[in-house]
Amino acid sequence: MKFSLQINEGPYQHQAADSAIQFTKAALAKGHEIFRVFFYHDGVNNATRLAIPPQDDRNITAEWVALQKEHNLDLVVCIAAAQRRGLIDEDEMTRQGKDANNISEGFRISGLGQLIEAGIEADRLIVFGA
Amino acid sequence: MALLHTVNKSPFESNTFDACLGLAKSGSTVLLIEDGVYAATTGNSVADKIKNAAGINFCVLGPDLQARGVEEKLAEGIKVVDYEGFVDLVAEHDAVQAWL
Repeated sequence: MKFSLQINEGPYQHQAADSAIQFTKAALAKGHEIFRVFFYHDGVNNATRLAIPPQDDRNITAEWVALQKEHNLDLVVCIAAAQRRGLIDEDEMTRQGKDANNISEGFRISGLGQLIEAGIEADRLIVFGA
Repeated sequence: MALLHTVNKSPFESNTFDACLGLAKSGSTVLLIEDGVYAATTGNSVADKIKNAAGINFCVLGPDLQARGVEEKLAEGIKVVDYEGFVDLVAEHDAVQAWL
């Protein structure tokens, strides 16, 4: 079965980002397909490559990147939510005249159409949120 | 159409559990995750609500129960599932409604 996920909460905010990762791992282990993971609202903060959690803590962004590499996941960050929170990739950095970017490898920035498509194309859409 | 409802807030801090119960139809399933697992514990005002919700299946995410140290207080009639069970519930139901 094809699943899409929507994540509305940032890492280390409460538990939704962790729940989403655990769910994704279990779904993949059971042979399901993850069509897309859409990061929305504070969920866009999962995509920063500049976060440095303590070494004895889990690194949520790194876990997503590892899953992305292993299973070729489509990790999409909402552009409007990202720009509000200072999450930008190299293209946006240039376009907006900013001096830095922070989106991790494995994530791509796009719009809400990607969430709608994720809901249409997948058999189930599961929302993890604040 | 059988819905899977997920509730992730404690019933003592938020009304999403009550809102969910108010609209969940017979044949649907309520899965308690994160702080929502407190709704699955005994010795509080929520236990009766679950007992009186006819036709609704209740499940709770075991790892989240254990993380909070309340697995010994699990109320009767609530099925404990792990993340694999969570995935199965999603697949078995027609759609998922998250009460955030």
